[in-house]
Parts: sequence; structure tokens; C-alpha cells
Amino acid sequence: MPEPLLEARGIVKNFGRVRALRGANFAVYPKEVVALVGDNGAGKSTLVKTLAGVYEPDEGEILFEGEQVTLHSPLDARRLGIETVYQDLALAAELDAGANMFLGREVMRPGLFGKLGFIDKQAMRVQSREVFNNLGVALQDTTAPVATMSGGQRQGIAVSRAVNWASQVVFMDEPTAALGVVQTRNVLDLIGRVREQGLAVVLISHNMPEVFEVADRIEVLRLGTRVARFRRGEVSMEDVVGAMTGAITHDGEEHHR
Amino acid sequence: MSDVTTAPPDEPEVEAQEAVRETPFWQRLVSGSSTWIGLILVGLILVFSLLDPSAFVDSANFRNIATDAAVLLVLATGMTYVIITAGIDLSVGGVLVFSGVVAAKAMNGAGGNNWGVIILGLVVALACGMAWGIFNGFLVAKARIPALIVTLGTLGMSLGAALVITGGVDEREVPFKLISTIGIGRAFNQIPWLVIIAFSVALVFGVILAMTRFGRYTYAVGSNEEAARRAGINVDRHLIKVYALQATLAGLAGFLSLARFSTTTIGGHDTDNLQSIAAVVIGGTSLFGGIGTMLGTVFGVFIPAVLNNGFIIVGVQAFWQQIAVGAVLIGAVYLDQLRRRSQDQR
Repeated sequence: MPEPLLEARGIVKNFGRVRALRGANFAVYPKEVVALVGDNGAGKSTLVKTLAGVYEPDEGEILFEGEQVTLHSPLDARRLGIETVYQDLALAAELDAGANMFLGREVMRPGLFGKLGFIDKQAMRVQSREVFNNLGVALQDTTAPVATMSGGQRQGIAVSRAVNWASQVVFMDEPTAALGVVQTRNVLDLIGRVREQGLAVVLISHNMPEVFEVADRIEVLRLGTRVARFRRGEVSMEDVVGAMTGAITHDGEEHHR
Repeated sequence: MSDVTTAPPDEPEVEAQEAVRETPFWQRLVSGSSTWIGLILVGLILVFSLLDPSAFVDSANFRNIATDAAVLLVLATGMTYVIITAGIDLSVGGVLVFSGVVAAKAMNGAGGNNWGVIILGLVVALACGMAWGIFNGFLVAKARIPALIVTLGTLGMSLGAALVITGGVDEREVPFKLISTIGIGRAFNQIPWLVIIAFSVALVFGVILAMTRFGRYTYAVGSNEEAARRAGINVDRHLIKVYALQATLAGLAGFLSLARFSTTTIGGHDTDNLQSIAAVVIGGTSLFGGIGTMLGTVFGVFIPAVLNNGFIIVGVQAFWQQIAVGAVLIGAVYLDQLRRRSQDQR
């Protein structure tokens, strides 16, 4: 096993008296799909937001390519090539797909117009169309507001945006939670394609069949700590569910290596 | 995988042709809400032209309509930005009066009847407006007080401050050069300078809204503030800028009003806020944020103006204008609701 790309060690995060993370560990290796699973309230979203720079941990350290890093804001995480697809997608519904893809990172017109703040809509449209095509996200109309699109298409846009800007890791928080069967299928295929592009994917989910289909490894959180990690093929669904519910515990570093 | 919406990853070129389409420009133009509002305006003009061709279709009459609408257009330009961010600014009338009063005091204090004094007055008016706007924006963005309350408060504060400064008596001294040029002067003896200034303001800020990053962020903040924040946009700073822009334009409107009426018209701006909000909303801008165009706002300003003028000319009591504008306003918001409902069903 190579060195982890991104690693969390002993992360503690409290919200007032709520202890969301109690010394959680987590690791992402290059070019893998790792599922982060756990019951509701296990701390999955808090851990992801900590690694995405949304929250600063109260204790513990974050390592990127083996070096300790401090993430004060999502922008810091982004600079390391880490992007997040949030559960609520964080799309501006009245803007079109290309505008969302480049939101906050607009392409400026060349020359004087660009210096005056003029944006290059055409360039952004062309580039985003390319990304959608490469990832197989089918949109009928790239100039239509995102509000007019289906849940699956919106998910596709949010994932495409993250993939386009990520150079290392993409976090996906429950990407299929609100989707139908066909759309879920598409997103799972999309995750595979993202891995093919050389990125690591962290999939947050509690849908076991999905996790077993796409994840190379599974890490289990329970009550704010990691209680188990497995490789796919070495474990049954019952074992994972057992770890989630507390029936089984082994955070086996030795098992893992 | 045999599903229809996912392109096979190994042959993206094939899908590229048909997977992603763009709506042609003319189709967007036809389906845009500002186009319909524009047609209503054209229809109104046609109706009044047919009813009384000699009086309505007259360059002097059109000049009157445009001059009457000029100050409102400047206010509505800023209001378009504010409403696109899903905000509201009720303070414009008060800020307009305050800026006009302070600018008049400054010009009279400096004395003289030359461009130097006029420019001084303009700068003072803009600065007064901007100060109120930064105050508004700060309270909305940082203190997180609803814009409705903040600007209702600053409406009273700015109007009250203007009354305190003047003792409740209008400032009637204004450099004559200001009145004779900007106030009642015309370019080429035809187009009033007031109208040229107002349309230039609408044009410049319309272009900024449609084509620059500042405009894009304005839509993004109004569409989904949290998404804008997570995309790395400094939402608070942007909101402060937008409220500052609106109030600065209110300051400009105060200066133009001063030039036009040669007095501070303290009591004449109680409904400026509602008039400009109505114009913006009639023009297709959504009170829920994220949607709107400056062209629509221009139409929205002129629909009430044309109604008012047309009713007088064809001999209908002008009071009917208020009723008609109210109906148009409600209709415009209803259409916006319908559109949103049909989108949410997706």
C-alpha cells in the first residue's frame, strides 16, 4: 500500500456539547474509491467537512501527501486539489450549467475587457460542454437554468464541476440519496469514470449494495471514531453493518496492511 | 450499460454532437420575460397612438414621458441589482432627499455658478448616497438583519436627517447653471440631458449586470447564497457593494432631481421606493432573486409612465393609472410564481 494521499488522524470536533468527532482517523489512497459509511450521526458529514476545510478540527491533524496541513477554508482544500460534492449540490438554480461549473472561477475575456471584469461566456460554455461529454453527463440544453433540470442532471453537473477542478480527491456526500434507479446507475458509472481519470473518490453513503459495487475500500465510522476498515472482497455486508451498529469493532491497521 | 442518458465513456465524440444543445439566441429572446413586457409596452404605445394620434405621437410628448421617468429609471437601475440578490431597498427615497439636501447645502456653501460647484455638488450627492448604502449593506450582510427592516430603518433615518439639516424647509437655492444644463437643457436641442444621463446609467449598469463577473456574482448570490459562498465568492462583500451601488445611484437621482426641480423636494419622494420596486418587478425581475434583466427594468419604468401620460391624453382620469399599474404589478409577480411552480415540478 502506498502512502495515503489524504489522511486524518485523531480528529476531534465538538459543536457546543455535541461531540461529533471523537478522535476519528481516516485515509484516502491515490486513485481509489473509498466508501465512508456509518449510521446517522456517526460523524461522516462532519469528517468530510473537516477534510474539505469547512470546519476546523478542535484536535487532531490532517496530512496531505504525508505532510501536515491546516485547512482554514474550503479554498485551502481546493488549492490542494480537493473538491466536494455536497449533499445539497450547492448549485445556483437560476444560472445555467456552464455558469455553475465556473462559479467563483470565471474565465475572463482576454485583454482590456477581461481586466474590466468581463467574463468569457463562450469559452466557459465550450469548456463545460467538453467536461460533460467526457463524463457522459447528458444535458439537453447547456444554456437552460439548472432549475429546469432533473435531479440526476443536477447531480451530474455538481459532480462534473468537482471533477473538473479536483486534481487529487473528490468527496461525494450521499450522491444518490435523492435519485431514482436510472439516475443512481448513472452516478455510480460516473464515479467509476472519475477514478479512471486518476482521482481518488470518497463516497459517503449508507446504501450497502452501492458501496459494495463501486468502493475499493470501506471505512466505517461509529459515534465519531473509525471502528473498522475493510477491502472489498474481504468482507460481507453483514460485517460492515455490524461495524456500523457496534456489533463488531476492529480498526485493524495490521489487518489492513 | 443500456440506459439512454449516459454516454459510453469510450466514444464521447459520437454523443458530443447530440448530447448537449444550446437554445438559439432568437428562441431565448422570444421566451425571455423582458420580451413580453416589451411587447406590452409597445402595445400600450400603439393603443394610445391610435386613440389620439395627434397628441400622443409627438416628440414633445415623448420627451415629457422620458423626462418624468428619468429619475425613477436611475433608482430602478440600482434596485434591479438589489432585487436580483433577493434583497430589497426601501430607503431610496430618503437617501435621494438626504443626498439632494446635503449637495444643495454644499453648493450653496461653496457659492458660485460654475461647473466646479456643480461637480462638487455631484460628488457630495454620490458620497452621501454611498455612505448610506454601505451602512445598509453592512447591516444586511454582516449583522444579518432582514433588508426590509434595515432599509425601512434607514429610510426614516435619512429622511429625518434631511429634515433636521433643513429644519423642514426645502432648500430652494441651486446654481442656475445646473438647472439650465442638466435640469432643463437638451442635447442638439432635442433630447433632454436628464434622459441621456438616465439611459446611460441604465445601459452601463445593464452591461455590467449581463457581461461581467460582478453581474454574475449578483445573480449567484440571489440564486443560492450558500452555493456562492462555497464557490469561494465573498458574499458579504458583494452584498455591501450592491447596496452601496443602489444608494450611490439614489444619490445621483437626488442630484438629478435637484437639477430638474431646482429645489430639494423633501416631501415628494415618499413612494419612490415602491415605484422603483414595482418597475423592477414588472420588468420581470424576481423578488426571490437570481432572475432579472436591465432591459426589463427599462420597460417596467416606462409602462407606468406611458399609462399615466396616455390616460391624461385620452381623457381618462389619471387616477386610473394607479389601478392599472397595480394590476400589472400583481400580474407580473403571478407570472413569476407560475414559472417557478412549473420548474419545481421537475
